[in-house]
This record gives sequence, structure tokens and C-alpha cells, in this order.
Amino acid sequence: MKDFDTAELERKFQEKIDKDIKIEPKDWMPDDYRQTLIRQISQHAHSEIVGMLPEGNWITRAPNLRRKAVLLAKVQDEAGHGLYLYSATETLGADREQTIDDLHSGKAKYSSIFNYPTVSWADMGAIGWLVDGAAIMNQVPLCRCSYGPYARAMVRVCKEESFHQRQGFEIMMQLAGGTPEQKAMAQDALNRFWWPSLMMFGPNDAESKHTAQSVKWKIKRHTNDELRQQFVDVTVPQAEMIGLTIPDKDLKFNAETGKYSYGEIDWTEFWEVVKGNGPCNKERVDARRKAKENGEWVREAANAFAQKRALKKSA
Amino acid sequence: MSKNEWPLWEVFIRSKQGLSHKHVGSLRAADAQMAVENARDVYTRRSEGISIWVIESKDVYASDPTEADALFEPADSKVYRHPTFYDVPDGISHM
Repeated sequence: MKDFDTAELERKFQEKIDKDIKIEPKDWMPDDYRQTLIRQISQHAHSEIVGMLPEGNWITRAPNLRRKAVLLAKVQDEAGHGLYLYSATETLGADREQTIDDLHSGKAKYSSIFNYPTVSWADMGAIGWLVDGAAIMNQVPLCRCSYGPYARAMVRVCKEESFHQRQGFEIMMQLAGGTPEQKAMAQDALNRFWWPSLMMFGPNDAESKHTAQSVKWKIKRHTNDELRQQFVDVTVPQAEMIGLTIPDKDLKFNAETGKYSYGEIDWTEFWEVVKGNGPCNKERVDARRKAKENGEWVREAANAFAQKRALKKSA
Repeated sequence: MSKNEWPLWEVFIRSKQGLSHKHVGSLRAADAQMAVENARDVYTRRSEGISIWVIESKDVYASDPTEADALFEPADSKVYRHPTFYDVPDGISHM
């Protein structure tokens, strides 16, 4: 390795990427590529973990046993997804505990959507349908990401997410077809989660500072606006099918392009939530920090027990 | 890293009888038994496995990717190890 200069290594690295050869943990990679991945994968992991909180809120209040079992399984999946992703960050040399502490200190971000409260049961439907739907749009192209461990984790995640979206849509469909009160509840959840779901794809392409480099490195395969458009195009007909109205007066179908044009996203709100001023930012991070602190003695005891058992075995 | 961070384990799963164990990812656990139990929850929630191996990541000794060309060159240069290297006349079958 020392026989080559960095420029030569970088040239060969980009050549591999261009030929769609995956990068694996011990391969040489530019430092920026490594840092970009650590940032993106850890944010993704944090989103899965924090994402358990708004839904966990409803496990004990699910309307029946079937819904409760489904919601539990979904939340357990999110925990699993977080763990696949944390282990992917570790293959890049990130320390897991440091990664988690960065979430708790506010240094690392997570998806802003989880800073909105879940005030009714219909929100479980809206989250599964819209939030998981948007996440799938984002994640499917990541299955072809240039970094092997991330791509492999995403394949598992995508396989598991599809039930998440379906169970959410099922909740919405049932409420929308129920009593006027139930239908109003579903519409209210859609009203509150629609715009934040569109924001999940991130800033407009012109404002997105990481996109160009990430596309060149094949970490990202589509731009934010492309994915957002795709999401709108598939979701609007689904809403119509179950008799709900997308809360956007500017929404219009363009028969020529086959695409919907939609209204202006409130980017001020987006940046406020990213900066930590959303309705639940403090509550979410506090809950994670408390979980770590309250589990400290368990981790300590498990280590002590493991040491004792190892001693016994060697004696 | 605090002193209480659990070690990292690599997880291998046999998906069904007749297939070998395959690497699926890694996780943190205090000891081998806990690593197997956690692997059950993290990697086999949808019947992906019937057997689990775990090994502490620090015990894996891997080949160096920068030396891969030299390491695997001997195999590249021996085309006569493959059946397609040999000409078999038309009319000869079962070979």
C-alpha cells in the first residue's frame, strides 16, 4: 500500500466503484468515503432505534390482540434494523458506544419524522403506510450501495419493511371504511403525517450538499427530489382508493408526464425540527439516554457474570 | 469505549440442513451464550436459521485485501484445472 500515492489509490478506488465492484471493510477507501458512510449509516441506525418510540407508545393501547402482536413484531424489527446498521458502522472502524453517545449528545441526527407525536391510534396506520413507505423508497436503492456491509444490511431491512407498510395501510383502510369518527381519525393522521413524510427525503436537490459526491461514490443512486416524486406518484392513488384526501390544495396530476405536481414544502419547519426544535426532539433523546443509563448495571452485571463463568471453565 | 461495552461477535447461520453456515453480520454480547441468544433475536426472526455459530470478532484472522492479487495469482494461471481447458471430440459423451 505504501508503494502507491493517495491519488493513485483514489483513482483505483473510483475505478472499482464505476465497475460496480463492492467495497468491503478492509479495502482501502478515501477517508471522506468512510466518514460519509459512518455519518449516513449511524443516522440511519439512530432513526431505526428512535423510531421505536412513537410506535412503542401504542403497544399497550392497541385496539385488539392481533394489532398488538403486529405492532410488537414491527417495533422488534426496528430494533433489529438498528442493530444491523450499528454493526455496519463498526466495520468502518466506528466505536458503537461512541456512535450511540453521539446521538445522546445531539451531535448525530436521526430522521426528523420521529420528532412528531403519535396522538391517536390512526397514527400507527399513517406511520406504517407513509413513513415506512417513504423509508422503503429510500432504502431499496441502498441495497445496491457500493459499500458491501451497508448494502447487505439494507437487503434484510427491505425484505422486512414491506410488512410494515402493509400493516399500516391496512389500519388506515379499515379506519377509512369505518364510522365517520374513525374515518375522521384516519384523515387527521394523514393530514399531520403527509408533509413530514415528504420532508423525510431531505432538502431539495439544489440545497443538498452531499448528493453529488454520494452519487459519484454510488452510496446514493437517486436524488432526494427524484425519490420524493416517486413517493408522491405511488401514494396519491392509494389515498384515493381508500377515500382519504391528501392535504395539499396544489396537488395536480399531469397527464402528459404521468406525475403529480405538489405544493411547496415548509422548509422552515423542516430545519427547525432538524435543529432540535420539533415537538418531541427532547423527549426522544431523553428517552434514549435514560435507556442507556438505566441499563448500565445490566451490562455491568452481564460482564461480571461472563467473567465468572470463564474463570470457572478455565479452572 | 467504557469498560462495560460488550465484545463484538461475528454471527454465522445455517439456514437449513445440508447447507453450510454463512456469515450474516455481527452483534455485541457479554459472552458466547448471550451472543447466540441475541443472534436468534437479531438474525432469525423469520425462520432464517436452524443453527448458529458465533465467534469473537477479534479472533478472526483475515487475509489482507492489498495482497489479494499475489495470494490468488497461482489459481488464475492454472487454466488446466478446469474441464473447459481440454478438447473432447464430437461423439464422445459422458465426460
